[in-house]
Amino acid sequence: MPITTEDTVCWLQQVAIVLRENRDFLTQLDSPIGDADHGVNMDRGFQAVVEKLPSVAGMDIGSILKTVGSTLVSTVGGASGPLYGTAFLRAGIASAGKHELDEADVVSMLEAAVEGIKARGKAQPGEKTMLDALIPALTAAKEAEAQMMGLPQLLQHASAAAEAGMKATIPMLATKGRASYLGERSIGHQDPGATSSWLILKTLAETCG
Amino acid sequence: MTVSLVIVSHSAQLAEGVAELAGQMAQGKVAIAAAGGTSEGKLGTSVEKILAALHEVDSPDGILILLDLGSAVMTTEMAVEAFVGGQQNHIIISSAPLVEGAVIAAVESSIGNSLHEVAEAAAEASTLPKVQSNG
Repeated sequence: MPITTEDTVCWLQQVAIVLRENRDFLTQLDSPIGDADHGVNMDRGFQAVVEKLPSVAGMDIGSILKTVGSTLVSTVGGASGPLYGTAFLRAGIASAGKHELDEADVVSMLEAAVEGIKARGKAQPGEKTMLDALIPALTAAKEAEAQMMGLPQLLQHASAAAEAGMKATIPMLATKGRASYLGERSIGHQDPGATSSWLILKTLAETCG
Repeated sequence: MTVSLVIVSHSAQLAEGVAELAGQMAQGKVAIAAAGGTSEGKLGTSVEKILAALHEVDSPDGILILLDLGSAVMTTEMAVEAFVGGQQNHIIISSAPLVEGAVIAAVESSIGNSLHEVAEAAAEASTLPKVQSNG
């Protein structure tokens, strides 16, 4: 079963719900090592996305995701705006014109999103950022595709890898973003960006898996 | 014309204040625009606000952008990409400390120096000690 435009819209609506439910949790994670606004920013961004969804009804998946990206850039005030915005824009470019996504499409979109975040944030894995959830997810998705798994399993694997990656940020020293100003005091805290990345992929696995 | 300055900060008040300080040194000879806070007036940076500031002070001699903290770089890069498309060589994003960099850039621009000269002078602000040590 491919992912359809309806699935995509359903996923984005569900992400908005999940981020609202986790708004205080994400902000709590951001309090000791950031500026305590990640939950509020992500919630505001995805509420704006939901408001935009009717205007892209019937369009291809690429156009929907590009609209999501530009909406996030203009509504999320923190670093996550440019980063998630770039990720969705790149995934949108990778899915331009498509109304259905198969395993290979999902892998190439995730790859495009990861490359976009790397380029925009000039970041690498191991720096306590959203990449520490997303890169393991991409690796797991590629492995699942190579093993000819179907989309539900592929998405489950990616989500599980993102969760493990998110937990692995706890002992990391932050060298990017606001947390880097804290130096060694950033150790021992789970990265909020890696957490929101996991929530977005987990919701994808639950909605479309 | 002279090189224009755009001051990007997470705080609208900080951006306005730095623009005011730099403007005093430039004595009206340099166009300086402030782009601080989000479009909702909260702490953060906004691609739209930075883009509007770039349009406000666009100069054939170029624009130097000075900014405060990390994530401002990404927002600023997105605004620059949206602003000029192919000809980004007349905009430079400075690594200089915001206040000293803006003041030095204002002085250098006001005496008619080029974008690269203004940018280099501002970048050197990070090496200037505020307090002279006795040693």
